[in-house]
Amino acid sequence: MSTTQTTAPTAATAETLPGGAIIAAIKAAGIRTIMAVPDIVSSEGLLFPISRDPALRLIRVCKEDEAVGISAGLAACGQRSMLLIQHTGLLDSINALRAVAVEYSIPVCLMVGLLEKEPGVAPTKSGRYGVRIVEPILDAMGIAHHLLETAADVPIVPKAIDLAYEQSKPVVLLLGRRPVAP
Amino acid sequence: MMKRDDCLRVLARHIPEEIVVAVYSAAFDWVVIRPHVLNYFAVGAMGLASSHGLGLALGRPDRKVIVLDGDGSLLMNLGSLATVAATAPRNFYHFVCENGTYEANGAHPIPGRGKLSFAGMAREAGYAATHEFADLGHFEQRIGEVLGETGPVLIDLKLVPGAESPRDYRGLYAAERRAAFRAALAG
Repeated sequence: MSTTQTTAPTAATAETLPGGAIIAAIKAAGIRTIMAVPDIVSSEGLLFPISRDPALRLIRVCKEDEAVGISAGLAACGQRSMLLIQHTGLLDSINALRAVAVEYSIPVCLMVGLLEKEPGVAPTKSGRYGVRIVEPILDAMGIAHHLLETAADVPIVPKAIDLAYEQSKPVVLLLGRRPVAP
Repeated sequence: MMKRDDCLRVLARHIPEEIVVAVYSAAFDWVVIRPHVLNYFAVGAMGLASSHGLGLALGRPDRKVIVLDGDGSLLMNLGSLATVAATAPRNFYHFVCENGTYEANGAHPIPGRGKLSFAGMAREAGYAATHEFADLGHFEQRIGEVLGETGPVLIDLKLVPGAESPRDYRGLYAAERRAAFRAALAG
C-alpha cells in the first residue's frame, strides 16, 4: 500500500503561510532566542530570515533535545525562547520533553515542521506515518498543540506562547505547510 | 585518581555563590557539600546538563555557571560540545566527573572507558581551554586559576567514588527547589 496521498487543489491548498507574519508573532510574544536544527519545511520561510534578524539570537544546535535543555535554562533566567525543528526531531526529543517540560512544568515552546505533510490535509489524515502520529503522541503526553496551515492561523502564535509561559507548560506549534519567505 | 567528595569540597571553596548544574552521583555529593539555592538539578533527561548550563550561562552572562557533568552523561550529548563552543559563553565552566562508569545505574563501564579524552574532544570542538586533573593536590593548587580563565572551559576530573551521600531523588528534584532557584536569580 502506498503511503503517499495526493491532494487535489482546493481553496485551502491555494492559501499560503506567511513567514514574515510568523516571525513578527514570535517576536511579539517576547521570544528573543531561537534554537534550531535545519528543516526544509521552515528553511526558506523562517530559518534563513531569522538568521538575518538582529532582534533574534539564533543558536544552532546539533540535536533537538539539547534545545530543550537550553530553553529550560533560559526560562529559569526569565527569558523566552523557541525551538524551530522538524517533527522527526520532536519525536527524538520525547524523553527530554517528558521530563523537563511536562514533569518539571517548564515552559518550552516548539515550532515544528511536518515534513511531507500534504498542504490542506489534517496531520492525522496524512499519508505519512511519521506525520500522522505526531498529534496523538502530543495528546498522550498532555502537550498543547496548534496547527498553522494558513495566515488565518498565525494569531494563535503569541497567544499560545504567552499561555505556555503563564502556565509554565510546553506548547507545540505545528507547521502544516512551508511558510513563504518574507 | 581523586575521591569525588574530596575533589568537590575543594571546588566548593572556590565557588561559594555561583550557579551549579549537577547530575547523578555528583549532584548527591554536591547538595551535601554545598547546599545553596543556586544549585540546579532539574536536568530531567540524562545528558542534558551542559545544555541547561548553556541556557543559564546565556541567560545570566553576569554570573559564572558551573556544570558538574558525568562522563556517561556527556557521551549522551557530545554534540553539546560543538554547540557550547560555537556559542562561546565566557562564563561557562564544564566539569566532567570521569569515573568510567554509569555509577547510578549499576556501575557498568562507559563505552571507550580509559581510551576517550573528554578534554581532547572539547579542545577540538573549540572550547577556549581544557584541563585534566587526577591528583587532588594539583587540582587544589590550580583550580582557582582555572576558574579565572575565560570560558568555555572544560575540566576533566579523574575520579573514584568517595564517601556515599544520601540518594534523595525526591528532594533533589523537588518543585520547590526549582521555584526557589528562579526566585533567587530574579531577586
